[in-house]
Amino acid sequence: MKTLTRREALAAGAAAAAFAASGLPAFATADAAQEAVMAFTGGVAPGEGGVTLTTPEIAENGGTVPVEVAAEGAAAILVLAAGNPSPGVATFHFGPLGVAMASTRIRLARTQDVIAVAKMSDGSFRQASNTVKVTIGGCGG
Amino acid sequence: MASIKPRVKAPKTASAGEVVSIKTLISHPMESGQRKDKDGATIPRQIINKFTATFNGAMVFACDLEPSVSANPYFEFQMTVPETGVLAFEWVDDDGSIYTDEKTITVA
Repeated sequence: MKTLTRREALAAGAAAAAFAASGLPAFATADAAQEAVMAFTGGVAPGEGGVTLTTPEIAENGGTVPVEVAAEGAAAILVLAAGNPSPGVATFHFGPLGVAMASTRIRLARTQDVIAVAKMSDGSFRQASNTVKVTIGGCGG
Repeated sequence: MASIKPRVKAPKTASAGEVVSIKTLISHPMESGQRKDKDGATIPRQIINKFTATFNGAMVFACDLEPSVSANPYFEFQMTVPETGVLAFEWVDDDGSIYTDEKTITVA
């Protein structure tokens, strides 16, 4: 077997890196998630605290990941998955009789942050985020 | 599609002002629009895009769904029961179909 010279090894490495960068599916970036947050809040940066986001630490199957959000006094809660092909997951709205909590099951394409943004009834915004490790992705990959 | 069937678990009776938990599930593939079939053609998106629950006509809980919600979308939420009434559920499909279910909660 022919040994690679340092120059060839570097060239091969660079080519592989370029391929990896171009060959990845178009996943949403953290920027897209940030844009979705801003679209929801109308450009106001959400504060911390007041939102309880319950997610598993490790999800064996990214196809169904149980997620629970609760925020006392919230009128609506937006749930985002920052690493999915599109960051939006669900938006919950609560009526006067409703209690500001909801639990559902979501898809996660890979290990990523799940973000919950609550719109409080006084018009302010609160945010919480959790990292979920995903063993098998849930978007048909 | 006959296979799409909503299921709701809600208490039949409650005391006035009690906070009850409601669980809903609808069997639906929630096709994300990201998957491809054997020939490489994209399978078109078909999801439930809206879910609402109303009590005697007043909105209790609503949700806008995106493709990232799992197949057979499940929701659990809570509500305060003020009086005897009908809790009506509505799921809206991308193809325009609407699936509904109803539960009566009696205040003893």
